[in-house]
Amino acid sequence: MNDLKTNDLKVVRGNSTKKILNFVTQNAIFICLAVLILFIIAWDPRFLSFTVLRDILVQVSTRSIIALGAAFVLITAGCDLSAGRMVGFAAVLSGSMLQTQEYTRRFFPNMQDLPLWLPILIAIAVALLFGLLNGFVVSKLSVPPFIATLATTTIIYGINSLYVNLPPNESQPIAGFRSDFTFLGSGYVFGIPVIILIAIAVLIITWVILNKTRFGKNVYAIGGNINAAKVSGINVDRTLMKLYAYAGALYGLAGVLEAARTGGSNNNYGVGYELDAIAACVVGGVSLMGGIGTVSGIIAGVLIFGVINYGLTFVGMSPYWQQIIKGIIIVVAVSFDIRKYLTKK
Amino acid sequence: MNENGFVLEMNNISKEFPGVKALDDVTIKLRAGSVHALMGENGAGKSTLMKCLFGIYIEDSGEIILDGRKVVIDSSKSALDLGIAMIHQELLSIPYRSVMENIWLGRFPLINFGPLKFVNHKKMYKDTEKLFKDLNMDIDPNMRVEKLSVSKVQSMEIAKATSMNAKVIIMDEPTSSLTENEVDHLFKIIRDMRDQGVAIIYISHKIEEILQISDDVTIMRDGKGVGTWPASELTTDMIISKMVGRDLLNRFPERNNVPADVVLKVEGLTSPFPKCFKNVSFDLRKGEILGVGGLVGAQRTELVEAIFGLRTIESGKILIEGKEVKIKSPIDAKKLKIALLTEERRASGIFPLLSVLENTVIANIVRYITRLFLLDDKKRKEDATKSIDMLRIKTPSFRTLMKDLSGGNQQKVLFARWLLTEPEILLLDEPTRGIDVGAKFEIYTIIAKLAMEGKSIIMISSEMPELIGMSDRIMVMCEGRLSGIVNGNGTNQEEIMQLATKFMAQ
Repeated sequence: MNDLKTNDLKVVRGNSTKKILNFVTQNAIFICLAVLILFIIAWDPRFLSFTVLRDILVQVSTRSIIALGAAFVLITAGCDLSAGRMVGFAAVLSGSMLQTQEYTRRFFPNMQDLPLWLPILIAIAVALLFGLLNGFVVSKLSVPPFIATLATTTIIYGINSLYVNLPPNESQPIAGFRSDFTFLGSGYVFGIPVIILIAIAVLIITWVILNKTRFGKNVYAIGGNINAAKVSGINVDRTLMKLYAYAGALYGLAGVLEAARTGGSNNNYGVGYELDAIAACVVGGVSLMGGIGTVSGIIAGVLIFGVINYGLTFVGMSPYWQQIIKGIIIVVAVSFDIRKYLTKK
Repeated sequence: MNENGFVLEMNNISKEFPGVKALDDVTIKLRAGSVHALMGENGAGKSTLMKCLFGIYIEDSGEIILDGRKVVIDSSKSALDLGIAMIHQELLSIPYRSVMENIWLGRFPLINFGPLKFVNHKKMYKDTEKLFKDLNMDIDPNMRVEKLSVSKVQSMEIAKATSMNAKVIIMDEPTSSLTENEVDHLFKIIRDMRDQGVAIIYISHKIEEILQISDDVTIMRDGKGVGTWPASELTTDMIISKMVGRDLLNRFPERNNVPADVVLKVEGLTSPFPKCFKNVSFDLRKGEILGVGGLVGAQRTELVEAIFGLRTIESGKILIEGKEVKIKSPIDAKKLKIALLTEERRASGIFPLLSVLENTVIANIVRYITRLFLLDDKKRKEDATKSIDMLRIKTPSFRTLMKDLSGGNQQKVLFARWLLTEPEILLLDEPTRGIDVGAKFEIYTIIAKLAMEGKSIIMISSEMPELIGMSDRIMVMCEGRLSGIVNGNGTNQEEIMQLATKFMAQ
């Protein structure tokens, strides 16, 4: 009898610890985020304010758009290194065509004001075409995504630098943007920053694409089992090209918004953004093996890094320490998260 | 259908891979509304032929005639468009997605919102539900496929193929992980489809099944067609001799091993994962060949991998020569003189781009490290040469790259690799999978010789004759549990099959 009881106890205890562990594993990212916020609030209660929340959301708006683009590539078990440079080129392109007439160092000194949408469209279209190029090289030339996008990265940087170096600009930073342009980055509609509204719109559209369209489901299928996708008659090459193009368009949009938000751009703009985006996706539960990833997870991942960037600066932590903490969070979050999928062994 | 009554003809199909003639002038003709069995040993070319038909491979020469018209099938999509569907042996599904998404993959029902098109989830759910209901299957359309048992996944694939309204359905080993009841159910579905005029190509190793379900039988051997016969004119023995191409008397070498004392004892071995092996107890004697039988998903591989330290164990003991041992990694296992030849030779056995030499000595590399921390090349070459001679590995030299060897010879190199570690216990996971008949006999000879030298062997096999022909005792598993241990002498396929399905639901 006695034995039985202790055994029973063990089972119960075993189960409840398992349950807790299971909960932690399933929600690792959100727990990370919560702990981080509590830690910062404990340090400086003023963190708990509407202004802080708004500032963080403004900062993560463009980051989340980039991460959503990068996620498409990651879900197909690829990796897009060209995001940052595309952001940079789009920022330069749109900025160079949207300067005020009064600004003395205009990129196109004699150009009439263009309608706002045109330069933006051009910037996004150029990024989309580069994305399409990525997709073409990956699918039709069978170059591994890592290499294909690495090549695009250096090509775009070269083109961007040549562009910025055109006379009369000759590698000056591009600034003096029109107010209707900067409105996109720092204006308000109904008391809400425009940039947040745009990011939310992109988020919703992307969610719909991933969950409600044939294209989105094919993206998951290709990442989950590319052979199954092929034998089910999915046009894998075309789907890949489409998703790289969509990712490119998102990078382009993010570049435009980044320029509008910060009020300037140059040929080094956007460098390293691709790694931030990949880190956010991975922390947000997107599997590098492909086939797995949700919009909510990606947004959580972006928010974690947003809170780190803003919050730790807010409490006065040195940016170097922030780097170290970021690295630790990536490892901890992913090592917990990966446990969800390591059920077999 | 053309005037001969054939819905599909594949005429004089040849296909060559680098170094192998996989298909050599094969012809198969399919009558509408018939079940056509395609038989042959592993490596006979059945799957290759079907992959040509389904557009996964493109034949080098030959023609495919569908409904009297010559057709070109260059992708799975074109095969599907022509009304040819396939149930794949390796069950190509997407684990993280739902059942219904897997079924309608590549042809989701769409709904229009103005110019925009969205996937119609409601219709997809309803269609899936109806499909399962018509086929009398009980699967939740919203369930993620990774949560399904292997037999459910197989049922799902069958449902997927029937939902395509195809003229020709290829079924590659559709019953490999089904219980008897499920097989009966599948046969009913097949007969219904046949009566509706669908032609079915049925690939299976199970001769009884073939004789039961099929109308015509085409047999292949070594990439060539042996011939086509009405099933009613064939018997089991005739099929086997046509498949093997010679009499069956000498399929297995003579064994003179005498099992002695218990070397390995396993008590109540249980995995922490509920779907994995549980409470498995058995013992292995010195010089014994212990066969392990069971269906796909019986957790046999998982069990031997646990003994080799590749998987975690929740509870249970492993004793070697009476002493309890903890095996937490392959390094521990190697120290205890255990060796494992994995099932997936390509995935976890060979190093394709390294030479035969490197492949032979890699598990034993410590032995060749000299005082200067360099490798003793002379000794490595000696050992490799010795192994090549001893196991009669057919290779131009030990410098040849592993990928250029045939499957049988690759397997022999793996044997050589582990024999160099001087193991006492060998765990062999499907040691003859994908190996041609002649090489199989040589592998059997090696196994028999090792047992005679006093090595203890656990051999997982899904081929019943191999299990019965090679094992002193056979332990059979079903859904992670041990369902029985029988003597190799005096058992038969029926008994093993019964044990292999002992704990299955339904």
